[in-house]
Amino acid sequence: MSNETLMTRRGLFMKLGILVNGVVAAILAVPIVRFLLSSVTLSRENAYTGWVPLGRVSEFPEGETRLATFRNPYVAPTDGKTADTACWVRRVEGEEFQVFAVNCAHLGCPVRWFPQSGLFMCPCHGGAYYRDGSRASGPPERGLFEYPFKVEGGVVTIQAGELPTPGPNAALDQERPPCA
Amino acid sequence: MRVIAAIAEWFDHRLQLAAPIRDAAQHPVPRNTASWWYVFGSAALTVFCLQLATGILLAMVYVPSADEAWSSLQTLNHAVVLGWFVRALHGWGSNFMIAIVLIHMVQVFLFGAFKFPRELTWIVGVFLLLLTLAMAFTGQVMRFDQDAYWGLGIGASIASRVPVAGPAIVKLMLGGPIIAGATLSRFFALHVFVVPGTLIVLVCLHVLMVLKLGINEWPMPGRVVKRATYERDYHELTRSDGAPFVPYAIWKDMFFAAFILLAVAACAWYFGPFGPTGRPDPTIVQTVPRPDYFFLWLYAVLSLLPPSLETPAVIIGPVVLIGALLLLPFLSGEGEKSWKRRPIAVLTVLLVAITLGTFTHLAGYAPWSPHMNAWSGDPVPEPLLRGATALQRQGALVFQAKQCRNCHALGESGGQRGPSLDSVAVRLTQDQLIRQVIQGGGNMPAYGKNLRPAETTALVAFLETLHPADHKPAREAARDIVLRSGQEPRESAKP
Repeated sequence: MSNETLMTRRGLFMKLGILVNGVVAAILAVPIVRFLLSSVTLSRENAYTGWVPLGRVSEFPEGETRLATFRNPYVAPTDGKTADTACWVRRVEGEEFQVFAVNCAHLGCPVRWFPQSGLFMCPCHGGAYYRDGSRASGPPERGLFEYPFKVEGGVVTIQAGELPTPGPNAALDQERPPCA
Repeated sequence: MRVIAAIAEWFDHRLQLAAPIRDAAQHPVPRNTASWWYVFGSAALTVFCLQLATGILLAMVYVPSADEAWSSLQTLNHAVVLGWFVRALHGWGSNFMIAIVLIHMVQVFLFGAFKFPRELTWIVGVFLLLLTLAMAFTGQVMRFDQDAYWGLGIGASIASRVPVAGPAIVKLMLGGPIIAGATLSRFFALHVFVVPGTLIVLVCLHVLMVLKLGINEWPMPGRVVKRATYERDYHELTRSDGAPFVPYAIWKDMFFAAFILLAVAACAWYFGPFGPTGRPDPTIVQTVPRPDYFFLWLYAVLSLLPPSLETPAVIIGPVVLIGALLLLPFLSGEGEKSWKRRPIAVLTVLLVAITLGTFTHLAGYAPWSPHMNAWSGDPVPEPLLRGATALQRQGALVFQAKQCRNCHALGESGGQRGPSLDSVAVRLTQDQLIRQVIQGGGNMPAYGKNLRPAETTALVAFLETLHPADHKPAREAARDIVLRSGQEPRESAKP
């Protein structure tokens, strides 16, 4: 072809130089992209969710909702207080519990429990929830996020480790899926 | 003097910068652009330089660690000599920068400066605006307090709504599954390296294009931009009625830049630094997070949108807005430049300004947020209790104790989430009050499960007294007839 006849030695070396750099860039890009996406590609079960204790069953009176705090199952050295999280624990009766994330299902502000009116209220945009976490009024499209819980040896334990967010299908979630 | 000239000559022989700098400084600009309307771009650049300088100073003390950032801000505020002032300069500088960038954008838009051949200057400018807002958001995170922590949660909740990729974007943004050390570190990298670095590159391109293409001439009604002739006409204008930028026009830029820097310094000195507010401890739920001033409008929009519209609006809205800004010079690249001949442009600016202003004003007192302490803190207005029966007083107690006051105002105090109840008895009959309390509706929770029958009776008895003296309470006419005839409706007549 005519192009090949026009190619000089130096022209060829320049193109080879571009090619070599392209290959090296592609090789380096693999670990760099994997590093950048490391927080996304972590698998949930092995890496960051875990069961954490909230307290003995007796600390939560039947029929009442109390604030409990826990330390995130996985903590980095610089996390400080941010690895501590609060949750609302409702003891329905016996060993039947509901453990709600404090994060409003609208945009994540911390909801507060008002036992007198039996409502959770959000200070940001005015979302309100009933005592069972279902949506009462305001902008949230669904009820409060719930942590999976179990009672082991008289201790209430929840599976936690992830900030609950409404996600792309917020409006479609008729049932309340768990936090983690 | 001869020594200085010799030294300068020695450097320029090697750098060869004197000639291009002289050319740039003395490039001719149309005389009528030496106007006070043309000073905002250089003012934005001046404040940006102030932000770079004060940002570097702050980084000498600030510790970008979730464990220590808040304490290092306290150190800056209280222990380091004039640390509070440098923080205040940086904080006020950011407010001024956003304001000036917006004013600059409005001026460029109204003067038709985005039209041919300055389309790319406008597009780079749109990205500069977005990056400035990115600096504002990431800067709010640097002030690692309760507002920053919950602001990140709000950002994550918005990002999570992106179809398919939402959850991945959240983890990428937070640097992990929760808001923690990794989150602050990556926002620090964004705020200190990535965004400012991009800003510097784009600012250089922006200014370079202004130099190469020439500053937009003062728009004259009737002087229409045509691709075929514009550049020739512009060169003719600068030749016949031009003057060198230095010193003909630059003195106004310099005066205004000095004025703005002085204004930033005055605000910083007088009002001091922003925060930090409470320690970013997620177990403290007694907090009322608020965004910084320039995002208040967004806070209002997110509160007022109907739930079903929220996800589409949050995801599609920014794409449409940014797309419209980027397409503007292509949709309107020719034609009239003067705002006097562009009524839709003027109306658009007014509409956007009034909308943003209204939302910002609303967000200032947030009528959609319940007043979390109104039930225990706000007294029942004394005139409402005068002459009240025991049952009605009991109802007033129920009204306060069940947190009704958090959303409903009485005598102008209390929440504004629901309607004020000062004249509710005029609007609703007894039956309607009972139904509204028990079943809720119209964005009010149902209280049926949380009120005993006696409490409901007392509450409604109190609500029935809430009407102006010259207004009779609402009554159901049919009920009066039934009561007057002394008959209760028969069982079979009930539905």
